[in-house]
Amino acid sequence: MGEVLILSEEKLTSKQYLAELSAKHYQDAIDGKKRGELVAWSSSIAPQELCETMGIHVIYPENHAAAIGAKGGALPLINFAEGRGYSVDLCSYARISLAYKDMQECCFENVPLPDLLIICNNICNTLVKWYENLSKELHIPLICIDVPFNTEYEVTQERIDYIKAQFVEAIRQLEEITGKKFDYDRFHEVMKISSRAARSWNKAMKFTQIVPSPLNGFNIFNYMAMMVTNRGRESSVKLFDMIADELGELSQSGQTQFPVEEKYRIMWEGIACWPYLSHNFKTFKQYGINMVGSTYPEAWTLVYDAGDLDGMARAYASVMNNCNLARGIDLRVRILEECKCDGAVYHLNRSCKLMDFMQYQLAKEVFKKTGIPYVVFDGDQTDPRNFAKAQFETRIQALVETMENNKTQRKQN
Amino acid sequence: MNNIAKIIAQLRETVGNPSQVISDYSKKTGKGVVGCFPYYTPEEIVHAAGMLPIGLWGGETQVAEVHSILPAFTCPIMQSNMEFALRGAYNKLKAVIIPAPCDTLKSIGQDWLYAIPQIKAILLVYPQMRKIEGGVQYLKTEFSRVQKEIEAIIGEPISDQALTRSIEIYNAHRAVMRAFAELAPSYPVTITPSIRHLVIKSSFFMEKSQHTEVVLTLMKELRKLSAEKSSAKKVILTGITAEPDGLLDLFQENGLTVVGDDLAQESRLFRTDVPVGSDPLTRLARQWSLIEGCSLAYDPEKKRGAMIVDLAKKTHADAIILCMMKFCDPEEFDYPILATEFAQAKLPLLYLEVDQQIQSLEQLRTRIQGFAEMINASEK
Repeated sequence: MGEVLILSEEKLTSKQYLAELSAKHYQDAIDGKKRGELVAWSSSIAPQELCETMGIHVIYPENHAAAIGAKGGALPLINFAEGRGYSVDLCSYARISLAYKDMQECCFENVPLPDLLIICNNICNTLVKWYENLSKELHIPLICIDVPFNTEYEVTQERIDYIKAQFVEAIRQLEEITGKKFDYDRFHEVMKISSRAARSWNKAMKFTQIVPSPLNGFNIFNYMAMMVTNRGRESSVKLFDMIADELGELSQSGQTQFPVEEKYRIMWEGIACWPYLSHNFKTFKQYGINMVGSTYPEAWTLVYDAGDLDGMARAYASVMNNCNLARGIDLRVRILEECKCDGAVYHLNRSCKLMDFMQYQLAKEVFKKTGIPYVVFDGDQTDPRNFAKAQFETRIQALVETMENNKTQRKQN
Repeated sequence: MNNIAKIIAQLRETVGNPSQVISDYSKKTGKGVVGCFPYYTPEEIVHAAGMLPIGLWGGETQVAEVHSILPAFTCPIMQSNMEFALRGAYNKLKAVIIPAPCDTLKSIGQDWLYAIPQIKAILLVYPQMRKIEGGVQYLKTEFSRVQKEIEAIIGEPISDQALTRSIEIYNAHRAVMRAFAELAPSYPVTITPSIRHLVIKSSFFMEKSQHTEVVLTLMKELRKLSAEKSSAKKVILTGITAEPDGLLDLFQENGLTVVGDDLAQESRLFRTDVPVGSDPLTRLARQWSLIEGCSLAYDPEKKRGAMIVDLAKKTHADAIILCMMKFCDPEEFDYPILATEFAQAKLPLLYLEVDQQIQSLEQLRTRIQGFAEMINASEK
């Protein structure tokens, strides 16, 4: 589980480093499992600090499912899950993961089965049900950090106290599972690194605020994988600092990663449509649309002081999916303004009820506050059957027409 | 009309006229009515305030306005509730309480604040790590906030004594409902599937001690009869609800009788008492930690299947009918595990997708008919 920090070549690019770290992430888990080391499966914004401290290899099924979807390999797993009785209405990440548990075969990396599970339901309650089933059928322990949805704007102290009590319980469970004492000094160190990685990530992602953006917004979908899988490590700090440096250089020389002239800047709401990533990007590129606004940069900006458990609890409880609608609206308004967006694209993601069932209100209220036009399209994060290219293209075309009209009017005024 | 028929007619009248219930209660007591969304809403706090908690579990209606708030793949109960609210059907309520044990209800609570601003919404979130002390203490703070919001409506504090009294009234009601569920299978001719459901559901629209009295009287009348013979096959229902009523009539039509249930709208409501203790809010919070076998309450051991198999054994059930509420994630995740466990226990299982906005029962009729034939044939 050693770090890949020393650059093997003089001018290693962030792209190469990212590929190296990604491959190492999976290989480490595979090798570790062979050596009899523990492997956990974890949800994407769970307190990785705990497993990192304990030296447990962690695989992130959401990430794994997204990669399978992006490589066009979701259907065999989805069909298998449905054959087992999982409804087509359920989250497609969950269906892929529950099928993978039995099939252990996919078009992407074949990850080892877990010895334990850890979740934090700050992104949805679906995780609770999905991992209950993994725990039951694999006969392995499940560590659950339950983060109650914030019905109020801020995270209440009562919620923080409850989450902290669960950190204590999770540590107790981990000590029992591993037979090792929890190393609080190491924990302190991991907390420090994790916050630094979050700051570096945020700094790099902020380059989308520059006009034109030196960052091609769709690259965020690649970069975020490391925030999921590698957040507690120095190598992430290094990667995101490297990305920020590259973006800074590009910006200074008036260059950009975006392959065509940036005519329109939009915010993308929701998870990517992984099976159609390339199609979505090509559609945007055709019109010169750069996705500069996204909720992803905020999602992994989990910043707190090392040793501050209240702060860590608050950070995990403040992720956007866990915030009330008022705060969700303010967040999107801020993104649209900071990233100087001309429009917004809302992904009505068939897999994510929590996002979908507030989305109509969210879009309406954000529009009321900003006047920035938006379109909604039907899709799914990994089930390719729930997306229609023609609908997406027509909606984007309509958005472009509105954005163009707005630009013309602004010029006239 | 005999006494049993009179009681049934009275309950039917109550369930069919919730608006009347609200007006009558408000007139009689001067206190208001609070709408309680599913699931496990702490009605005792509302009751202790002298207000009437009524259950808001959707209903059969043609939804239209709700499509401006929610996609078509939303839980049908929530679509109905929001449709009724948008049409103004709930405007006489003093408030609604919306708990959030699933992603859908988290969203509904938030949508309510924007779409139905005229009716106060009291939101609360249950802990999933409900068995650790931190979970109980956290839930107590949520209940305490609910209590304060109810107190603000009535303009006076709710005493511990009043809350304790309400808890005892609710526990007594739970005990009577359990007794009714045990007694009903002895009278399959009188207590048909839809009457069994009516007796349970009517508690959503009556003050609980009154409902307890009515059910006790009904049971007393039933006991005067000798046990009824029936050739109907015995089934256990599991799921969120077994509505609409037309569905229950189809069971009867096809020679099926309900001998027990694991429905969120029925037995899960009265299976678990509020435990003893000195502080009433802690007692209420601790009840949530004791609930077992519910898709909405975190359980990595997933005891639900085993509990239903036990119930089937105890009631000599011939089969299980799983009423899958359309678009209900928690239930949909439980299904593959349950199906495996029922198969291992050699219990025939019928999976029915239920939807309150169902246009036609014909598809359900065919499936129920086929299933009834299958279990009858397997015995021969």
